[in-house]
Amino acid sequence: MAVTSGRGVRPQRPLSPHLQIYSPLINMVMSIFHRITGAALYLGSALLAWWLVAAASGPDAYNHFLSWCGNWFGELVLFGFTWVLMHHMVGGIRHLIWDTGYGYDLRSIDILSWGTLVASLSLTAIIWISVAMGAA
Amino acid sequence: MTTMRTPLKKVRYLGSAKEGADHFWRQRLTAIANAFLVIFLVWLIASLVGADYTAVKQKLAHPLIALPLLALMVSATIHMRIGMQVIIEDYVHGEGLKFGLLILNTFFAIAVALASVFSILKLGFGA
Repeated sequence: MAVTSGRGVRPQRPLSPHLQIYSPLINMVMSIFHRITGAALYLGSALLAWWLVAAASGPDAYNHFLSWCGNWFGELVLFGFTWVLMHHMVGGIRHLIWDTGYGYDLRSIDILSWGTLVASLSLTAIIWISVAMGAA
Repeated sequence: MTTMRTPLKKVRYLGSAKEGADHFWRQRLTAIANAFLVIFLVWLIASLVGADYTAVKQKLAHPLIALPLLALMVSATIHMRIGMQVIIEDYVHGEGLKFGLLILNTFFAIAVALASVFSILKLGFGA
């Protein structure tokens, strides 16, 4: 077999397996979620800034912000924001635990990873139910 | 002791800048702060649901609300800037585009931080 190298010609080397080769494991999925939720919060920070700027700008600006939050799209965004924030927070705590050097056996990895998902969903539900009950 | 490094290189701080762990450490420090401050934020927003503008303005002006909010916005924007930098460095390999995005990343983080901090201070000092 002719092995070529140099500019313009791709040498025939074996490729290392990439993400699509592996069947998803929970710790791998949670790792991906952590990055995606982090990126989503990056954009969400603009929403938080908007809220503060609106509050500092006066009643008209603030009511405009509230009317945006009040429709179904705004509520959906806020609900998503809540889960993403909780997920990134809990996932971050998991990473801080791992930073201490503990929790690297397979059982702990599974428990911590599933725990992240369960905790973020539970916290989101608790927050929205509490707010709904408080508003009712 | 003689050194192989030229004076110019020393002046430009090339070679190891002795800051290799700086982002690593700052990301964890802000993460710990954010975990507490995010719980505060969720409580704050939940307590303001359904409140009218005057009540919101009054609450945000209180020092014990304004100070943690300021801390959150500073800590969160530092954290998100480092995080997005890692993402850009992982996926964008063209030098021009990469540096363009890294600059925009810093501008965005600072814009969010300044707009928020200014608004909180404005409310705190009586908008």
